[in-house]
Amino acid sequence: MADIILAGFGGQGVLTAGLILINVAVKQDKNVTWTSSYGAEMRGGTASCSVVISDEEIGSPYPTKLDVLLALNEPSYDKFLPMVREGGTVIVNSSLVKKENYPDNVNVWKIAATDLANEQGAARNTNIYMLGAFVKATGMMEKDFFIEQMNAYFEKKGKINPANAVSIERGYELAEKV
Amino acid sequence: MSTEKILMKGNEAIAEAALRAGCRFYAGYPITPQSEILEYMAAHMKEWGGTFIQGENEIASMSMLWGAAAAGARCMSSSSGPGYDLKQEGISYLSSYNLPAVIVDVMRYGTGDGEITEGQDSYWEAVRGGGHGDKRCIVLAPASVDECAKLTYEAFDLAEKYRNVVIILSDGAISQMVEQCTLPEAKEHDINKFDWTLTETKKKEDKKNKVTNLDRTIGKPAFNSMMREKFKTMFETEQRWEEVETEDAELILVAYGISSRVCKTAVREARKKGLKLGLIRPISVWPYPRKAFENIPDHVKGYVTVEMSLSSQMGEDILLACKHQRPLYGYLTAEDVPEPEGLIEYCEKILAGEIEAMEVL
Repeated sequence: MADIILAGFGGQGVLTAGLILINVAVKQDKNVTWTSSYGAEMRGGTASCSVVISDEEIGSPYPTKLDVLLALNEPSYDKFLPMVREGGTVIVNSSLVKKENYPDNVNVWKIAATDLANEQGAARNTNIYMLGAFVKATGMMEKDFFIEQMNAYFEKKGKINPANAVSIERGYELAEKV
Repeated sequence: MSTEKILMKGNEAIAEAALRAGCRFYAGYPITPQSEILEYMAAHMKEWGGTFIQGENEIASMSMLWGAAAAGARCMSSSSGPGYDLKQEGISYLSSYNLPAVIVDVMRYGTGDGEITEGQDSYWEAVRGGGHGDKRCIVLAPASVDECAKLTYEAFDLAEKYRNVVIILSDGAISQMVEQCTLPEAKEHDINKFDWTLTETKKKEDKKNKVTNLDRTIGKPAFNSMMREKFKTMFETEQRWEEVETEDAELILVAYGISSRVCKTAVREARKKGLKLGLIRPISVWPYPRKAFENIPDHVKGYVTVEMSLSSQMGEDILLACKHQRPLYGYLTAEDVPEPEGLIEYCEKILAGEIEAMEVL
């Protein structure tokens, strides 16, 4: 069971990252829900989606306490950090989230997702680097399985791109626990 | 295409299930948060050999359904908020002609423009509304993407069984959520299967049906008793609901749609703390599942209606169903999705005698 929020600004691919996550999770025979904020927040503010992954029937699809937060920018980090459970996991895009101190009652992982995506020449893969770090930090899914299912997801959409697997591998390798 | 489990949005599941049920005519007009139904129909209706029309407005789109339904086609329209208001006249006419049709109302919160996000404050409009005159529509309220598909698929059968309008009452949360869904088997509907539809006449002696107000053709007394009989049969036959942990519950939450999902979490979490909550989840909101409130056991101290509305809209139905034998409390969150923690705290206060029963206005 994991209650997850992925958040950033529009264009960083947070909604897609959430969809990839649930597509992999259903292949592990989990129940999943995905909800996004589609109101006024979409116009320039924080874009976010909530993902619930569970062995049980899922009640509310809107988690109020988080096991995992993926923060792709600083406003998202500030907004959702208070929702993270004691002992929960926070994965920050350290290219944009530059805090001097992080709380010690949660496990914080850093990945310079935006910089790494730019270096790879895959500027839109910030979200995929974050997922690589997610796989490493949570251990919820096996890396090769994740890549295989992610590729299957994109294949269904007719958007096969070998850069994605590279981003997962690199994100996994370079994610650092604070 | 066979049955398969797939990840979909609630809106997409409604559209796909309608196509699989043999819906071959859809007319509508875009409005958030139901637009994906229209978009899905626009993208896929052609593959099924049917007709998709985005009308010039809601009223025109709705009126097109009379024609399609009169010809015997399985037909559907969908809308939200102010757009759904404009469908009321059409629902009244369909009802007066005793025509089967499926209409989807994806509730968004607020009066007037309101919000484009989820709400449950159009319950009265869906359950009591449907324009002028005396009629009842069967109203089904899905609480998951899977149920969006299941109930829509079934809605077409129900509509034809009673020659009646069936409404799918969804909300902005269920409609936008992605979840697993088992899609039903695709079937073809025979447009000529009924003896009452308008058909092509080739020879002079061919039967010519007229589709008009039934009271004009069969006479008012026959029409009145037929309609009364139909309301009663639908009421007695079509009540649907789900119960969760009601066997020993001290307080029973009553909720449909998105609020019922939150209630399921609340029941589970409350029981970990020793607080015995249960849930009655109406699946049909008309007919309201009154059978779920018969023979109320002594351990039930009251009912708590959980709704995203300003005033309790469903509360009236609960009081009628339990015949005022228990107090009714209201956890009404307006434009906010209720949270399980707040709801549990509210229930603790009820049991501690700190909250008075709600008066339904």
